[in-house]
Amino acid sequence: MSLPPLPESAILIGAEAADWRAAVTLAAEALTRSGAALPAYAGEMIRMIEEHGPYVVIAPGLALAHARPGPEVIDDGLSIVTLATPVNFGHPHNDPVNVVLGLAISTPGDHLAAVAAVANVFNDSSAIADLAAARSAADVQRIMGVTE
Amino acid sequence: MTICGAGIGSSGILKVNAERVLRKLDIEATVVAADIGSVRDVAADAQVILTSAEFVDAIGPTFADVIVVENYFDTQELTVKLEAALG
Repeated sequence: MSLPPLPESAILIGAEAADWRAAVTLAAEALTRSGAALPAYAGEMIRMIEEHGPYVVIAPGLALAHARPGPEVIDDGLSIVTLATPVNFGHPHNDPVNVVLGLAISTPGDHLAAVAAVANVFNDSSAIADLAAARSAADVQRIMGVTE
Repeated sequence: MTICGAGIGSSGILKVNAERVLRKLDIEATVVAADIGSVRDVAADAQVILTSAEFVDAIGPTFADVIVVENYFDTQELTVKLEAALG
């Protein structure tokens, strides 16, 4: 199982975000830098949360920001933003968030291998704290198991 | 089945981890990931629905056990909740 591409350009360490919208936008911008998504994907990711609530905060401290496959997605990709100051998404259990994972999936249906690879990383319960403490993009890639 | 807003990210993770836990519990099951828009089509056949608190109301009337998951990566939480529903 392989993780969606997570190049250095898709990683942002110790970012400042005023609120959850700003944090999600940073994760979307990282996907745009790496060539996985168009700038409009940010609005799609935010709209998912406005529509459905803070369910994207799937574990303590971690938000998985994503929208559906669509014209805003160029290619499968992952981005990671760690926040200098955690932000609240309004989740009943898992706030505040200090690691935002951006996910772009180009084709519905064959995303499960990619998602399973993400699940593999985070089934190690120390992964979120390790990411939050990462000092460099290389640290993040090592924690995520990126091998290039 | 697992539910989220888009039917790809969080429900996919929940599907993968639920399958792992079910295998460990030696329970044979098919886990389907769906978005909240199609839940009413799929939920009719579901025995258990895994989701987060936001989607419980939108699922509507169902005979399935609805399990609210807090930490999608905590297989211990999933194990306890799935065992209670299916065991």
